[in-house]
Amino acid sequence: MIGGSRVRLLRREDAPAPLTERTAVHTARRVALRDEEKTAIEAGRGRIAAVGLAFALGFVMLGLRAADLALLDKPAQAVAAVAEAESAKRGGRADIVDRNGEILATTLDTHSLYADPRKVWDAGETAKALVTVLPELNEARTAERLRERRAFVWIARNLTPTQRQAVFSLGLPGVGFIREPKRVYPRTRLASHVLGFTDIDGEGSSGLELGLESDLREYGERGRPMPVSIDMRVQFALADELRAAQAEFSALAAAGVVMDVKTGEVLAMASLPDFDPNRPTDSDPDARRNRAASSLYEMGSTFKAFTVAMALEDGVADLESGYDASKPIKVGNHVIHDYHAENRWLTVSEIFTHSSNIGSSKMALEVGADRQRAFLEGLGLLTRPAGELPEIADPLVPQHWGEATTATVSFGHGVAVTPLATASAFASIANGGKYVQPTFKVHPPGRELPEGKRIMSATTSQNVLDLMRQVVTEGTGRKAEAPGYQVAGKTGTAEKPKNGGYSRKDLISSFAAIFPHDEPRYVVLVLLDEPRGTPETFGYATAGWTAAPTAGKVVSRIAPMLGVDRANPDSEPQLIAANTGG
Amino acid sequence: MIAISRTDRSAFAEWWWSVDRVLLGTFGLLIAIGFLLSLAASPAAADRLSITDPFHFLYRHGFYAGIGAAVMLALSSLDPRGARRVAALILLGAMALTAATLVMGVEVKGATRWLRFAGFSLQPSEFLKPALIVIAGWLFAEQRRGTAAPAAIIAFVLYLACVTLLLLQPDFGQTVLLTTAFGALFFLAGMPWIWTAALGAMALMGSAAAYFVFPHVASRVDRFLNPESGDTYQIDRALEAVGRGGLFGRGPGEGEVKHFLPDAHTDFIFAVAAEEFGLLACLLITGLFGVVIWRGLRSALRLNEPFMQLAAAGLTLLLGLQAFINIAVNLHLVPPKGMTLPFISYGGSSMLATSVTAGLLLAMTRRRPGVYERSS
Repeated sequence: MIGGSRVRLLRREDAPAPLTERTAVHTARRVALRDEEKTAIEAGRGRIAAVGLAFALGFVMLGLRAADLALLDKPAQAVAAVAEAESAKRGGRADIVDRNGEILATTLDTHSLYADPRKVWDAGETAKALVTVLPELNEARTAERLRERRAFVWIARNLTPTQRQAVFSLGLPGVGFIREPKRVYPRTRLASHVLGFTDIDGEGSSGLELGLESDLREYGERGRPMPVSIDMRVQFALADELRAAQAEFSALAAAGVVMDVKTGEVLAMASLPDFDPNRPTDSDPDARRNRAASSLYEMGSTFKAFTVAMALEDGVADLESGYDASKPIKVGNHVIHDYHAENRWLTVSEIFTHSSNIGSSKMALEVGADRQRAFLEGLGLLTRPAGELPEIADPLVPQHWGEATTATVSFGHGVAVTPLATASAFASIANGGKYVQPTFKVHPPGRELPEGKRIMSATTSQNVLDLMRQVVTEGTGRKAEAPGYQVAGKTGTAEKPKNGGYSRKDLISSFAAIFPHDEPRYVVLVLLDEPRGTPETFGYATAGWTAAPTAGKVVSRIAPMLGVDRANPDSEPQLIAANTGG
Repeated sequence: MIAISRTDRSAFAEWWWSVDRVLLGTFGLLIAIGFLLSLAASPAAADRLSITDPFHFLYRHGFYAGIGAAVMLALSSLDPRGARRVAALILLGAMALTAATLVMGVEVKGATRWLRFAGFSLQPSEFLKPALIVIAGWLFAEQRRGTAAPAAIIAFVLYLACVTLLLLQPDFGQTVLLTTAFGALFFLAGMPWIWTAALGAMALMGSAAAYFVFPHVASRVDRFLNPESGDTYQIDRALEAVGRGGLFGRGPGEGEVKHFLPDAHTDFIFAVAAEEFGLLACLLITGLFGVVIWRGLRSALRLNEPFMQLAAAGLTLLLGLQAFINIAVNLHLVPPKGMTLPFISYGGSSMLATSVTAGLLLAMTRRRPGVYERSS
């Protein structure tokens, strides 16, 4: 800056000269070059004009582009932005939709009313006014809250816009609203156990809401709903028939599962009594229990399907092998009887259709405890089955697996499993012998089928399937027939363990159905807890009279929805004859 | 208008009658619009960043705008020589500080462009641009005048030094802006066409090299050319905002997109304006920058003194190009650059640097005896 002051000094001395910084020599040259410089400046002017023109073009382009975007390109973008805004309000939690895109769970904005007691003028008056528009509030308790020495108290959570407006109109000082997202289940009780519910902060606390927590956040961030394997129509049909059966047979509870035998997708899962996930705390904790996934049952005779499969697979017996069922057998301390004793030699297929405990026990004992264990293990009956529901329970497996256990397990006692695990085991029989893990995620059509672990040969599975078809055409499961859909199945009637023994009167009646027989696609498992006989069933509460007809009704209702072709009923008897003959 | 007599010879009156009042008014209007838009964008930005005071950014914006206006007015009172000296000082300071960011800078979003002190962060590279343009204009003018010193070569060395500093940060957007402005200045300085063409070719090669050397440049260009290839989140939101705005906009405060745009208050303020105030606001902002360019180039066209002519044209180019690139990014005409909208975007360094540019431009274009061509 020293140079600067020198220059300014000079300038004051030779006032008119604008070029004082230069020496005389420079000035002279400058004069000489003036003409040349002038031409240069003129050329520069042309170039400046060119730059100006380029800018003008560029800015016109900006204007046109903005007009194009603002006026012509509008609708699609507006929708996208609104959808984005909504999903962001949801705090990133995706809607749950069924496999056909129907909404099962969504999130709505609600308004929660709070108060700052320090700013409330008169707690009594305020509480009184609030109760006029929110009658569910307790006036005395609200007033008490408004007197608390705090900066923040909740008054009412999750109000509707109408309620919010009503409170606004009161013009009360010291109260305000916070926007809170609330999980809403528009189908109320439908699939309530599968969906579960969220806590007040919107975090999953049971069912798929908990099991799929991270998936739901991930889908939510992408602004997409998350599909699950449930088919709402099938779910409704299953729940509806279970409810009817529960009422008809005065059952304590009921449970049902519908599963795709190839993909392992659970299409429906119902448990009664059920609850409204919109108000989970208003319901009985017992009603919130998902009996299809978390309750353990000794399944009874349905297990004989596994015993027969095991014996055939192991080669200890073929369909024509005979076993002496003429008198009860003693294994360890147990004596094993047949309920409808034939008191004669029975073939394997007769053991199955007549549901002989003696015959099953003998078959199982022949196979042996170790191989029985391994086989049931392979069918997923001795470990917790897969599936995204956190409630799915571990089975109850005896610690000591002696001969007595081998015998009782062969007809479904001594091992307690969930209906879901049972349905999955039946899926292995239905799909040609592979164990596929149950899942609540959608298997995209066209995607490769899950690689199941082979448990039995295709021949064995076909033989057991044929026996199961026989159970429906001429055995204990006749009431499960759904004309045209070729139901194959197995009844199971188990006495409930009570007071250290088994109760004769209190039964678990279940039916496992596979359909259609010629090309099996679905398993339907129906279970009734303590059904009572009616005059129509001649007082019987066994599976053949209660669970079997229910399963049959479910099949007749869901088969058309699932696109299963109705077969020509005339062709069926021959098919059965041919199979049993072979 | 303020009543100031033409015969008043005070320093203020002299300044008032000689300064380009259209340009000054346009700058003032742009600063006011920026503050207005900050009202819309500030609460959304504060909310996004979980800052309790919704007007955190608004207060700071107002503070920067005030300082910026003062800086602009102060610089506009300089004479050309004074302006040149200030520019030289700023250039040296900015180069030193930019070099310092490489050693002690704060990394933000993958680039170390910031120096932090006393609660404020400064991006010194912003100040490189106007300073380099003024100095380069002077050097080119000297070269043309036939000075003994190799002025043009010095200009190139300074340019390369600045560009190297920018690329080390890395700041590809500023590099493009500075290169374009410098190249245009070189062209305006009457350099032969062939050299200009050579410089252009080199710039193209440099861009191609940047594509291969800097992953973030490659990713941005890829996403621009093929939106499916990656995350075009900000751009998509910006386009939605313009689309939602329509002709008249959704109304003040009614914008939704600003809640999802991470850079709504800075690089994408134009989109916020589009959504809330519509196409009319877009055209107004674009038009005001058009006025700046028109007035700036008009003065440059008429200036007789080569240095003043080049400096005025160069500074105008700098403002115009930066506005153009920013708006073009908002409208998805060019790949994202990370460049602010002069006067309007939130950001202290950007606001001050813009004010320096504007102040120097006002200083260059003031009417002084003999500097303008006589109008015929």
